[in-house]
Amino acid sequence: MSEPVKVLGERRAFGPLLTVEGLQVRYGAIQALRGVSLQVGKGEMVALIGANGAGKTSTLRAVSGMLKPSAGRITLEGQDITGLKAHQLVPRGMAHAPEGRGIFPNLTVQENLELGAYLRKDTAQVEQDMEKGFTLFPVLKERRRQLAGTLSGGEQQMLAIARALLSKPQLLLLDEPSLGLAPQVTETIFRTLREVNATGVSVLLVEQNAHLALNAAHYGYVLETGEVVMAGVGKALLESAEIRRAYLGE
Amino acid sequence: MSQLLQHLINGLASGTIYALVALGYTMVYGVLKLINFAHGDVMMVGVYMGYATAFALGREAQRSLWGVVIIFAVAMGGCALLGFLIERFAYRPLREKPRLTALITAIGISFALSYGFQLDIGFLPGASPRAFPEVIVPTEWFIIGDRDVVVWNWQVISFLIAVTLMVTLQFLVYRTRFGKAMRAVSWDHRTAALMGIPTDRIIALTFMLSSALAAGAGLLYAIKDTSVSPLMGLYVGLKAFVAAVIGGIGNVPGAVVGALLLGLVEEFVVGYAASTWRDAVAFGFLILVLLVKPGGLFGRVAAEKV
Repeated sequence: MSEPVKVLGERRAFGPLLTVEGLQVRYGAIQALRGVSLQVGKGEMVALIGANGAGKTSTLRAVSGMLKPSAGRITLEGQDITGLKAHQLVPRGMAHAPEGRGIFPNLTVQENLELGAYLRKDTAQVEQDMEKGFTLFPVLKERRRQLAGTLSGGEQQMLAIARALLSKPQLLLLDEPSLGLAPQVTETIFRTLREVNATGVSVLLVEQNAHLALNAAHYGYVLETGEVVMAGVGKALLESAEIRRAYLGE
Repeated sequence: MSQLLQHLINGLASGTIYALVALGYTMVYGVLKLINFAHGDVMMVGVYMGYATAFALGREAQRSLWGVVIIFAVAMGGCALLGFLIERFAYRPLREKPRLTALITAIGISFALSYGFQLDIGFLPGASPRAFPEVIVPTEWFIIGDRDVVVWNWQVISFLIAVTLMVTLQFLVYRTRFGKAMRAVSWDHRTAALMGIPTDRIIALTFMLSSALAAGAGLLYAIKDTSVSPLMGLYVGLKAFVAAVIGGIGNVPGAVVGALLLGLVEEFVVGYAASTWRDAVAFGFLILVLLVKPGGLFGRVAAEKV
């Protein structure tokens, strides 16, 4: 917290959507986050990169209400949402596609998608949005009657994203969408993410693959042992010598 | 041949009752991964609720159709409330604790109920078994040959009630929004919450539903057995638990199949061997099934995903 964060490049101005200030998370005696502060603007795509155990997933979980932070403040559209539970945040426009995709393998693809729209009452509009999801990922339409557990890893990731979008989020949290996927599939998924982001959905993306994430995102934060150590415009971070050495293996 | 038919009928009749109780074990295990050892005792409390209602109604009213409906409604509603309270105050505070803690709590509640009900203070009934009123007056409905095969009215009625409850449950779990949410919670309640599903409410409803089914089953059992006692929950509960494990705990159709098999096995042992062997064979059957299929007939041994 005390050390000044190195900032690279000029951040494009977006209206504020999510603000995280001094976020701390502990697992028993272990402190996973030591005061993380970050912002996501309306329509912005923000990447959170860092090594294993840096606290990327904990940050996402605290933001989406899966974890209760031990200190700090989270606001969404100016409203304090700190300590609210996950199911209370969905109606406020938060959607989280968790680590390991978090699909329900014991339900069909269709049922998984329907659960994405669990809280929505506008059935007709849900139908349309589901069709929209099928245009993003046509393979899901072919497999809608299959159990989600029978999908390939890439298809499961597509399902996780399509499902998250069905709650009509303002903010989409994505945890390692490229994990375990073939490069081609990853490319498809990131292309779709940019399309989704272009429609105005803000994205907070956690990635191990720094190159991929920083290329796609407007802005990036670098996390190290539970703290933000660097931030900046995606392209600028990509060009910085420190990042290239630490995360791109150059 | 006619003897075989008779045993089949009797076995199915008791199997369907086991099935209703087994479904409760399996549903709660499904959403919480908790073996709710108090389930059988909740059933017992339901039977006493029905017993008290029957007496309040009086001899004439308790035998009328609406009387029986009231008895079932009071017992099932009362047990739903009891299930809700147990989940809310005993299990929910332990949700994030190691699973063993909740399991021991369940055993504690089981004993608290089964021994608490043996006290003879106030409304508590005392330890000795009581005769359960004949709310369904036994009549022979179908007779084949010279009383070779006899089907009693209560067998048919309880079979129909049990099947109706099971079909309703199947519909609820696989065709409704609540059921979809329940299946999602059963896979992973943290991810389910990310869909906006209020997981606490779904878990509470699951407890209420399974407790209500248990009360219904308990009444059918008491009508068949014509008695009610504070320890009946331990006995019937254990059998139904065995049935759920045979079918593969957590699996809804598995619980039904396991219970029907158990009912039939028990009936055949009593019919063709000796009634003293019944429980030994029932548990032997469990061991046999688990030796061949460790996850139960319909269960899958969960492989850790990487």
